[in-house]
Order: sequence, then structure tokens, then C-alpha cells
Amino acid sequence: MADEESETQPAKAGDAPGGIGRRAFLWSLPLGWSAFAASISAWLVASGRFMFPNVLFEPPQSFKAGFPSEYNLGEVDERWKDAFGVWIVRESDGFYAILAVCTHLGCSPNWLAAENKFKCPCHGSGFYRTGVNFEGPAPRPLERVRIVLSDDGQILVDKATKFQQEKGEWGKPESFLKA
Amino acid sequence: MATQEPGSFLARTWDYITETQVWKSIFRHGMPTTNRNRALVVMSNVALHLHPVKIRKSGIRLKFTWCMGGLTFFLFLVETFTGLLLMFYYRPTVAYAYMDIVDLGEQVPLGIMRELHRWGAHAMVISVWLHMFRVFMTGSYKPPREFNWNVGVILLVLTLLLSFTGYLLPWDQLAIWAITVGSNMARATPLLGHEGPGAQLLALGDVRLVHAGSDARFALLGGRFVGEAALLRFYVLHCLGIPLVAATLMAVHFWRVRKDGGISGPL
Repeated sequence: MADEESETQPAKAGDAPGGIGRRAFLWSLPLGWSAFAASISAWLVASGRFMFPNVLFEPPQSFKAGFPSEYNLGEVDERWKDAFGVWIVRESDGFYAILAVCTHLGCSPNWLAAENKFKCPCHGSGFYRTGVNFEGPAPRPLERVRIVLSDDGQILVDKATKFQQEKGEWGKPESFLKA
Repeated sequence: MATQEPGSFLARTWDYITETQVWKSIFRHGMPTTNRNRALVVMSNVALHLHPVKIRKSGIRLKFTWCMGGLTFFLFLVETFTGLLLMFYYRPTVAYAYMDIVDLGEQVPLGIMRELHRWGAHAMVISVWLHMFRVFMTGSYKPPREFNWNVGVILLVLTLLLSFTGYLLPWDQLAIWAITVGSNMARATPLLGHEGPGAQLLALGDVRLVHAGSDARFALLGGRFVGEAALLRFYVLHCLGIPLVAATLMAVHFWRVRKDGGISGPL
């Protein structure tokens, strides 16, 4: 290639005899180009990682829900629904906490005490008081969250741990608080 | 100027002005009264060079073209301008977003600006669908125009994404729940969504790589639910990210039309 170039063009002062030629010069720097490509790739990957925050400024996921005696038997308690999005249900054998997020597309269902069901206002999904879905587009039951007794005797609800019935997780110990 | 009497005051003043260095450095051509000067004007002016020097008569047949593509581009410019004006008063934080939108309507002069932006968005979505429909009905997607059709489809998706991201910004009930529902669909993405098919395949032993804190929905929202981070992300995407990509693709889209012989030219 270098030969072609020096044949077609008159030699200029300053040209090295048998010089490398422009096209060959570009390829004579594989290390430089590799480093360039590597740094650009690394920058792109780092930019992708940049989009996933390490720290989240979100409200605390767990809260103390008062003493078991404050809850009536056989009732779905709504006192924490607005603040934490959780219903506390007390049955004869114990407590469980249902996450107030519809399993269809994420709206907040409402508890209709008169009809004994949870009903989502968005697309009409309906759930029994246990959380099991029975009408509407919801594909699976409402999720339960971790409910344990804290050291001072209060109920501790922890939304960070979820239990899904369709995975058989409602049998796990912390999904139910025995009274 | 040819229309003035030679020697009249206006003619002499005009001749003087157009002979100055300042004028000549700005305008490198004469008045567009000859075909040569008309071509020179279009070719040497940065704003005008985006137009073809000449267009075929078929290019202005409204019954054929509907002018929907041009209308869409015009609406994009309207949206950019009204959006820019809104940015002087709107703050994308949970504390301020809703009230800033209210104040834009009640406290700021020309309180109709927000509505103009919103109506423009509706109109742009409508015109973009009509444009797509027209291109389909006139067969203007056939070879060699297939690639441009695909670019157009991507532009359509970008237009809809602009509407989606903009919808969250007023931070009212409509906004929050629409984006909650919409972003919840992202968690069902194959491989990239933590509730989608294939997510369990991407795991190192017991540790799942794709979970609620690391899937596509998490990257979109900047969190696990629609909150402050989501508002800021959607603001940046709506004002800068998507418009930049759309502008680049529009350049490609228009370039392709031009290279294929101009709008609605025969194959």
C-alpha cells in the first residue's frame, strides 16, 4: 500500500523514504485503538450501572402495629391502610397482614365490609378476606407480608418480606402470627 | 432593488446597505429574483438548506399526502417551544410539582400555556397515526422505502413514550396511578422484568440477578414504586432524553424522504 502511494504522488520534502502511508498508519496503532474501544465500552457499561441507584429514599418498610389486644376478632383492620398500605386481619387462630396492592396492575383495593371482600377500583378485581382472588383480572391472590411479635409485645409488620399463596408461601412461619 | 427607480433615495440607500461588509458577510447571495439566486439562497442558508431547492408538483397534492407528516413535525416544534416555556416555572419534585402546575394556570401570565402543551400533545399523537395511515394507504412503505417506514414506527413509539413520561409530571391522581399501572407492566418483561418469563434463568446459583430492586422497572422508576426518583427520571426523559433521540431519528427520516426523490415522488 505504501508503494502505491509513493508511485502516484510526487515526493515532497520531508517525506520519509518508503514511508508507511496513511491507511497503514491508522492500523499501526492497535494498542491505541483497543484502549480507545475498551474505554468507550467501559464507559457505556458504567453509564448503564449509573441508572440503578444504590440508595433509595423510601419510607420505612416495617412498622409497629400496636398490641394484639387492640384488634377485634374476625375483623379486617384498616387503620394502617392509608399510611402503610397494609390490612391487619385477626382470625380465631391468629393474625396476618395483607398488602394493599392489587396483583393485577398495582392499584390500591378497598375493603368492602358489607360485601366481605376486597375490591379494586381500577379494573374490578375481587379478593376474599383471606386475599384469594375470585373475580376480575387479578391473576393471583393478594400478597401477605411478614408479621411477627416484637420484643415489647407489639405486632411488627415488615413489608420487605412478602409471601405469595400461589407459591405455597402462606404456610411459612412468619406469614402468620399465632394468637 | 429592481422595483425602485434607479437613483431614488430608497434605491441608493438599499444599494449602499447591500454593499457593506456587514451585509455581505451575512448574505452571500443576491435577492432571489433569478433561478440562480433562488438556488443559492436555499443552499447557503442553514435554516433553508433543510428544504429542497425545488419540489415536484406531486409534493403538494394534499389529497395524496394529507400533510400529516409536516403537521406532526410542526406540532413537535410547538411542543418543544411550549414545553420550554413551562420549564421556567415547573419544579420536578414531589413537594412542588402539583402546585407548580396549578400556578402555571392561575398565577403565570398566559395561563393557557399548559393547556396548549397538552392539546399539542394530543394533536401530535393523532397526526402521527394519520400520517402512518396515509403512508400505508399510498404504499409509500414499499421498496426502497422500507427502512424509512421502520424509522417511522420507532418515531411513533417515541411519541407515545413522550406522552407517557409527560403524563406523570403534574403529579396528580391520574398521573400517579397511570404510571403505576404502566410501569407495573414493565416487571413482566421477558428476562429483564422480575416477574416476567426467563427472569429466573438469570441467576448465579441462589442469587437472582433480576429482582424487584434490579429489573427494568427498577431502572425506569429509580425505585421500587412511583416516587420522587420516578418523577425526576420521567422529567429528564420527557424534556431531554426522548426528544434528543426523536430529533436524531427525525433527521434520518427526513433525509431518507429527500434521498428517495422528495415527498410522494413516484418510485
